[in-house]
Amino acid sequence: MSTTRTIPDRLQSPLQRNLKSWETLLLLVAVGIFILNSFASPYFLDPWNLSDATFNFTEKAMIAFAMALLIISGEIDLSVASIIALASTAMGFAVQMGFGTPALVMVGLGVGLVCGAFNGVLVTRFGLPSIVVTIGTMSLFRGISYIVLGDQAFRGYPIDFAFFGQGYVWWIISFELALFGVLAVIFGVLLHKTNFGRAVYAIGNNPVAAAFSGIRVARVKFILFLLTGLMSGVAAICLTSRLGSTRPSIAMGWELEIVTMVVLGGVSILGGAGTIPGVVLAAFIMGLVTFGLGLLNVPGIVMSIVIGALLISVIALPRLWEKWKTR
Amino acid sequence: MIRRAIASREMILLGAIVLLLGVIYTRFPGFVAPNNLIRVFNDTSPLILLAIGQMIVILTRCIDLSVAANLALTGMVVAMLNAAMPDLPIIAIVILAMGLGALLGMVNGVLVWKLQIPPIVVTLGTMTIFRGLIFVLSEGRWVNSHQMSAAFKAFPRSTVLGLPMLSWFAILAVILFTVIMSRTTLGRAVYAVGGNPHAATYTGLDVGRTQFWAFTISGALAGLTGYLWVSRYAVAYVDIAGGFELDVVAACVIGGISIAGGVGTVAGALLGALFLGVIKNALPVVNVSPFWQMAISGAAIIIAVAFNARANRTRGRIILKRAEHAT
Amino acid sequence: MQAVAPPTAPEGARTDPILALDGVTKIFPGVKALSDVALRLYPGQVTALVGENGAGKSTVVKILTGIYQPDGGQILLDGQPVSFATAQDAASAGVTAIHQETVLFDDLSVAENIYLGHAPRTRLGLIDTRAMIAKAAKILASIGAHMDPTVRLRDLGIANKHLVAIARALSVDARIVIMDEPTAALSHKEIQELYDLVEKLKAQGKAILFISHKFDEIFRIADRYTVFRDGQFIGDGLITDVTESDLVKMMVGRAVDQIFPDRQRLGGTEILRVVGYDHPTEFADINFTLHRGEILGFYGLVGAGRSELMQALFGITRPSKGVVRIDDKVRVIRSPAEAVAQGIVYVPEDRGKQGAITSLPIFQNITLPSLRRTSRNGFLRLAEEFRLARDYTSRLDLRAASLDTELGTLSGGNQQKVVIAKWLATRPKVIILDEPTKGIDIGSKAAVHEFMAELAAQGLAVIMVSSEIPEILGMSDRVVVMREGRIVDILDHDNLTPETLVRRAAGIEDGADQ
Repeated sequence: MSTTRTIPDRLQSPLQRNLKSWETLLLLVAVGIFILNSFASPYFLDPWNLSDATFNFTEKAMIAFAMALLIISGEIDLSVASIIALASTAMGFAVQMGFGTPALVMVGLGVGLVCGAFNGVLVTRFGLPSIVVTIGTMSLFRGISYIVLGDQAFRGYPIDFAFFGQGYVWWIISFELALFGVLAVIFGVLLHKTNFGRAVYAIGNNPVAAAFSGIRVARVKFILFLLTGLMSGVAAICLTSRLGSTRPSIAMGWELEIVTMVVLGGVSILGGAGTIPGVVLAAFIMGLVTFGLGLLNVPGIVMSIVIGALLISVIALPRLWEKWKTR
Repeated sequence: MIRRAIASREMILLGAIVLLLGVIYTRFPGFVAPNNLIRVFNDTSPLILLAIGQMIVILTRCIDLSVAANLALTGMVVAMLNAAMPDLPIIAIVILAMGLGALLGMVNGVLVWKLQIPPIVVTLGTMTIFRGLIFVLSEGRWVNSHQMSAAFKAFPRSTVLGLPMLSWFAILAVILFTVIMSRTTLGRAVYAVGGNPHAATYTGLDVGRTQFWAFTISGALAGLTGYLWVSRYAVAYVDIAGGFELDVVAACVIGGISIAGGVGTVAGALLGALFLGVIKNALPVVNVSPFWQMAISGAAIIIAVAFNARANRTRGRIILKRAEHAT
Repeated sequence: MQAVAPPTAPEGARTDPILALDGVTKIFPGVKALSDVALRLYPGQVTALVGENGAGKSTVVKILTGIYQPDGGQILLDGQPVSFATAQDAASAGVTAIHQETVLFDDLSVAENIYLGHAPRTRLGLIDTRAMIAKAAKILASIGAHMDPTVRLRDLGIANKHLVAIARALSVDARIVIMDEPTAALSHKEIQELYDLVEKLKAQGKAILFISHKFDEIFRIADRYTVFRDGQFIGDGLITDVTESDLVKMMVGRAVDQIFPDRQRLGGTEILRVVGYDHPTEFADINFTLHRGEILGFYGLVGAGRSELMQALFGITRPSKGVVRIDDKVRVIRSPAEAVAQGIVYVPEDRGKQGAITSLPIFQNITLPSLRRTSRNGFLRLAEEFRLARDYTSRLDLRAASLDTELGTLSGGNQQKVVIAKWLATRPKVIILDEPTKGIDIGSKAAVHEFMAELAAQGLAVIMVSSEIPEILGMSDRVVVMREGRIVDILDHDNLTPETLVRRAAGIEDGADQ
């Protein structure tokens, strides 16, 4: 008992570990698809086309960042696309009331926060399973949009409101792309460099032990639902601005693409593991695939096969490989 | 005993449905007329069929979000088959639909069983893949009424003992699965696997295999409903029953089937489906826009899950002598 | 000297074993859990399987019940080699097990629990519910458990659940009954009843494999013993041929008298005073004080309310009445976070669920409650974290490849050291250790004990909840004895004897018997 051995801090440097990670594989895949695309279509490498392509994923990725944190903590929010619909409807309603762009932004963010808080209260205060709660609010939020709009649409957004979805910051860098970059950094720092992020991992790995370690589990989870709602509000502003109109069917089915993006990014659907760089790369990959198939005139619905297959195979392939290896 | 405890919950739901009908009766007595109730039941039959399958899946701690897509794909396949081979007997079509549905369910089941991929991920993926496949198969075209044979379309409407075939299928499924769930080894296994998977393994039950069969049953019922759906509405296209999987999950949650697995009955699924069916059919009667339906079913899910959670709260261990009870 | 020994033959050597393991080996990735082990179970006899945690006992149980398949060697049933590919195979060969944790189904009825997988059928092949209930009632009656077989398991108490588990084991016509620490969750009286049951089973000629950590139990009911160490077969024989210290010697490979560190009693000032603590269901009328430099033992039977009281002190549950004074100031503790802020920390009994976050690296486990100190403005500083982790792990003599290693890859003893280090790193005033050495090897045990003494010597106040009498006697300055949610006595170290402890905890009046 007297021999005190010193334990090294690490066996591998962070760099070594990163090189062997899921993110590296994603990066290779992204580069591969990029090269493939550039051979497949002469239009692909045009900077403006590439810039346009980013709209495929920027709005979804904004929500995916918050969703990644939520899934790492062991919860999920399937109502995000419905929050977009409700926030967009509320903004459309505000336009009819004669409000200007600043007020519209506040309305969009506010509705997102309120919806997130509603989910958060139901999950953390009443202890209900988030998957059922958000399947419920998924119907409820979009249902309210349908009650308000029916088969109508809101239009007539102010001219300056168009900047969020159609404006450019510099050359081919759209406002959305810039926002995507800023949010990626913010969420990356939040998850990987702060106490809050560490708490999220701890909760996702073992919520009981995390609570026993003095972490306020309910509060952290509530904040995550709030964040997810807020990001849905942000996405609602961008999407509404880009489309210039609101229908209750806006962003229908996005929750699946967002969850796919998060899972493809290496986040464990069971919670406890995942990184923001992974989600960023997954967003690029999904954008590139969609864009590439679009250039090849493949219809959107067929892309959904690719997305679905991607979702299953990114989880299945490593497991198949494990099975095959241990055989 | 298990069924006794849950019976009370089902009685509450039954009471709620009767109350609902009573309220409607005060304003629109015609809604409660036997003929109309038969119509409502017939209209709810597809939901009942799918809810029973979903219930079995949920009992084993899984979820099947691909049921509606399975329904649509199977429906499209049999519709195209009928268009190409109008002379194929209906019985063959029914068997084929169930077989194909079961096969699609097995795909889910195998991925969950053999690769331990979380069911929500698997079925989110297969859901989009199945929808995409319909498009690929049909090249985006509809199969319309005039392409279907008369027998094909007439079958679900043909009446036996005053009830349409569609209703009979639902009734048959309710009876069959009540027996299976309470009186067969498979039924016991489903409850055991969902109630305590760890203990089930020790009892010699294969958790994964049981889940596989649950998905297969859910798929077979979805396939059957696929044929009944396209023949009843006399049309097949990519988006039929879009989003219907949420109604199915809603029916289960409202019916008291615990998303945590192991708790729920066929009667619960039936009543949950009927509750939604009555609301859906009553809305136009009481002059409420059908656009309210989505929000109402969302609210119903949230209320039901909150209610179930309250009823299911487990008591703590009781140590103090004065509070101890003799069993 | 007869040719055929009667089933209850006291000497097993003349009877052939019903079931035997011969040279069985089981390999997991990176670990050889069993290496060439032997085990023989004789009819009408209880064989105790003895070994430290990690000796391979649970692996043997899982092989015998068909959960695992051996990688080498064979299982012999009546001398014939058999293979148990599934739990079903083992059950139909007549092997049944009562497991450590209750592996039952809360939402099924008692009868369904007993007959799951082998329910009586009607002619149509459906489950015959009526026959099932009747047969279940009969089995329950035969073991003296009087309960309604149609009642939902969820509505039963822990002891009754255990009886259902036993009834389930008996419902299959078993020849071999495995009892894996069957007394862990039972009270004194229930353990007696279990012993009676074991005698009954022996009389029926069943072979019983009895796994226990408690030597008094082993010597009370076992006929034979088998000792494993680190996955290897060490020896077996008749229990009458060995002494307790022989068995311990075989278990650990060397003669060990459990030695507790010598301690000076400090007599420090009062730090914690609990006054009139009440909880609606778990405990009542709790009053005690705790001093700096003191180790206060909490002894009682399992389920006496000790852990529940500690969790209330730590803010996990809330008492309905009563006050906590820390340094003579009334403090309200509503959450673990507040407890930590007040300098009270709790090392829980259930390490896997409540203590360790096994999938996170060691250093992150240690710094989790101290992040506020290692970070700046909410941002992590890894260098600080490693420094803190290095500091406390070296004090506890942790063995690990690196501080970045996943906690789950360490042995139980080393995991416990990390959990303790995690709490010490918060610089607490009061540390509550709930069964601190449960399920860890003897080497780690001694290290934890030594460290506890060192902490107390430095002026930390220690509360140690323990069900092990030697530990309570060897470590505590004073002992609080609890029974059924109440404090029945607070004993000073000088008046402590094992007998008084057991009598107080079990509620036996002085001079009532013996």
